[in-house]
Amino acid sequence: MTVEELKGLKSDKVVDARGTACPGPLLAAKKAIGDIQPGQIMEVLSADEGTKSDIPKWSKKQNYEYLGSIDEDGMYRLFLKK
Amino acid sequence: MANELELQVKQLEAQLKELQENQPKDQLSIIVFSGDLDKVLAAFIIATGARAMDSEVKMFFTFWGTSILRAKNKSGNGKDFMSNMLGWMLPKGSTQAKLSKLNMGGMGTEMLKSVMKKKNVSSLESLIEVAGELGVEIAICQMSMDLMGFKKEEMIDYPNLSYVGVGTYLSDAQESKIQLFI
Repeated sequence: MTVEELKGLKSDKVVDARGTACPGPLLAAKKAIGDIQPGQIMEVLSADEGTKSDIPKWSKKQNYEYLGSIDEDGMYRLFLKK
Repeated sequence: MANELELQVKQLEAQLKELQENQPKDQLSIIVFSGDLDKVLAAFIIATGARAMDSEVKMFFTFWGTSILRAKNKSGNGKDFMSNMLGWMLPKGSTQAKLSKLNMGGMGTEMLKSVMKKKNVSSLESLIEVAGELGVEIAICQMSMDLMGFKKEEMIDYPNLSYVGVGTYLSDAQESKIQLFI
């Protein structure tokens, strides 16, 4: 998805993992994914650049659909569909 | 002819079943041999990350790694002189672990810990706790326990802790897709 499309998405769950370094964002994502239903969208906020590579790989392994990311000032917004 | 085909299919089925049974699982086995702070940190970051990826994780603590799992506020009874000496010289749990490089009499370790805090990197203590919550299994080498003179009552409270021999590690490792020695 393009950045514009991502910006227009309405996330069903936002996980703010900006206060943690690796593996914090991954653990936070794993914990939060249980709160949403298949088809719903989760957004992970991270300040750790490694998360940008981790979340797509994690999504693939867990059979979630990774939608893309937006780079904002000092943080990354990563979107996926359960 | 038909019978022969049937027989071949049956043989193939049996072979396939055997192959499937011997296939490594989505499991990670880590030997934690080192008791150095940096190395054990890496081990626990990988272990907890693997649980987030839904892999089973088995950690096998041996030799210097064993001292990481000593509880700070517990002690073992009935030790002989050598065991007492070793116990006194080795780190008493994760908080006393030192860096493998740049320790500089403990100064480097303290510096790293403060940088970790500043950069929101989890401490080893909290990673061990998270590992326990996530179901990371820890097995301690009984021979190392005996060698170092550690007693079970002086080890940390951890939900999935057992004392095993090399055979247990090998059988776990054989079933694991990923194996690490740290």
